Amino acid sequence: MSWNKNHLLDIESLTADEILTVLDTARAFKAVGERAIKKVPALRGKTVVNLFVEPSTRTRISFELAEQRLSADIINFSAEASSFKKGETLKDTALNLQALNADFIVIRHSASGAPHFLARVVGAKVINGGDGAHEHPTQALLDAFTIRERKGKIAGLNVTILGDILYSRVARSNIWALTKLGARVTLCGPSTLVPKTFEKMGCRVTYSVDDALRDADIIHLLRIQHERQRKTMFPGIGEYTQLFGLNKARLAKTKPEALIMHPGPINRGVEIDSEIADCDRSLILEQVTNGLAVRMAVLFLLNGGKGPQEVA
Amino acid sequence: MNTQPESIVILDAGSIGRALTRIAHEIAERNELSSEVVLVGIPAGGDVLARRLGDILSGIWKHPVPVGSLDVSMHRDDLDRRAAPQVHPTVMPFDVNGKTVVLVDDVLFSGRTTRAAMDALNDFGRPRKIQLAVLVDRGHRELPIKADFVGKNVPTAQDEKIQVRIGEKDEVVLERK
Repeated sequence: MSWNKNHLLDIESLTADEILTVLDTARAFKAVGERAIKKVPALRGKTVVNLFVEPSTRTRISFELAEQRLSADIINFSAEASSFKKGETLKDTALNLQALNADFIVIRHSASGAPHFLARVVGAKVINGGDGAHEHPTQALLDAFTIRERKGKIAGLNVTILGDILYSRVARSNIWALTKLGARVTLCGPSTLVPKTFEKMGCRVTYSVDDALRDADIIHLLRIQHERQRKTMFPGIGEYTQLFGLNKARLAKTKPEALIMHPGPINRGVEIDSEIADCDRSLILEQVTNGLAVRMAVLFLLNGGKGPQEVA
Repeated sequence: MNTQPESIVILDAGSIGRALTRIAHEIAERNELSSEVVLVGIPAGGDVLARRLGDILSGIWKHPVPVGSLDVSMHRDDLDRRAAPQVHPTVMPFDVNGKTVVLVDDVLFSGRTTRAAMDALNDFGRPRKIQLAVLVDRGHRELPIKADFVGKNVPTAQDEKIQVRIGEKDEVVLERK
């Protein structure tokens, strides 16, 4: 048990011990979700602002439900309906939220580093709900939780992340989390989207799908981030599916116990064959369930104060 | 100057065993309808004692006594005053509605853990009665809470610590700064 962070800005700055603290705490919160009364008063009287400057459905809903289950008061702020449209800067928006005495701000922003900036200018505790192509820490934590729950461990596992790595904050956060926890991470995808520079993060990079999948215990698929690409980085969707999509023939060559993950939203028939998305080796919906527990755990841990942990 | 904390064993394995046996008999005496009684331990510390008490009570009543474990950290009133507490698994393998729930904890101090436990228990239903059994009552209550069953009353100073160790070697130690 080790936690003394005020913000959750990225996985890069967390220790393995801190990551495991979140995962252990999340286990108890997952059990809360299975009770008749799924709500606990841990954040009673606290105000959480969900500042989603970039569109999001599942992450926003997951955070919102996590906050509700912790009894927090919630304000939702979305890009379409907010003053960002009227030219307000992030700093001014943040200071306005500060003036409302928000205790937590969950921010999703298209600019990398926006949560870090926010954490410097406001007194509230900041949670990164995804910043540009930089990090998406709660996604990596829920992925690690899901792997540990299903495999019993993370250290020593072979995890292959397949798809658009370059534009993926999910990939970066996952690489940090998995390598810190002792997994062997392999990256695969079109060479334009999987630069060799990722080897500096402690991963193996390969452009052969068969090579990437052969020894994998976990196959983590990523969507092509069309919205983040300034120019087309590969000839076309059809060719991507043919070369890198997870289909039955490719799955047949993997270890039978290999499990499939995807952060969503999935593009059926593009990076994943529709039937594979629904098969019993797919953890896609478990990831959603676990995301709720992990986000509750993060809010709960950040809510802790400065005093000693010991109960008087 | 001696800065080593002074440790005094206030209960050894034998006296812990006798205290639990006495508490079990008191629970049996107080609750004639044994089929309505469930034990709920508060981790960490109370859950292992609840299982011990459950074993003794099962012997007295000649039927198994249900034992659960209830984490109370999400219901505490001091969550933003100190580092987030470690949360433990909650296991409540029975319906508490209409039951007499005996909450079991190792040490009764401020009473705030007991209050949190009563709130947490509410999320699982409406017990007919809630009773409280503790191995050590060290005083310094901050809430109007009193134990129904006490292993040992130990007068303490506010800054002293009570360590209850149950496992390979059972003992209760008072640590003085």
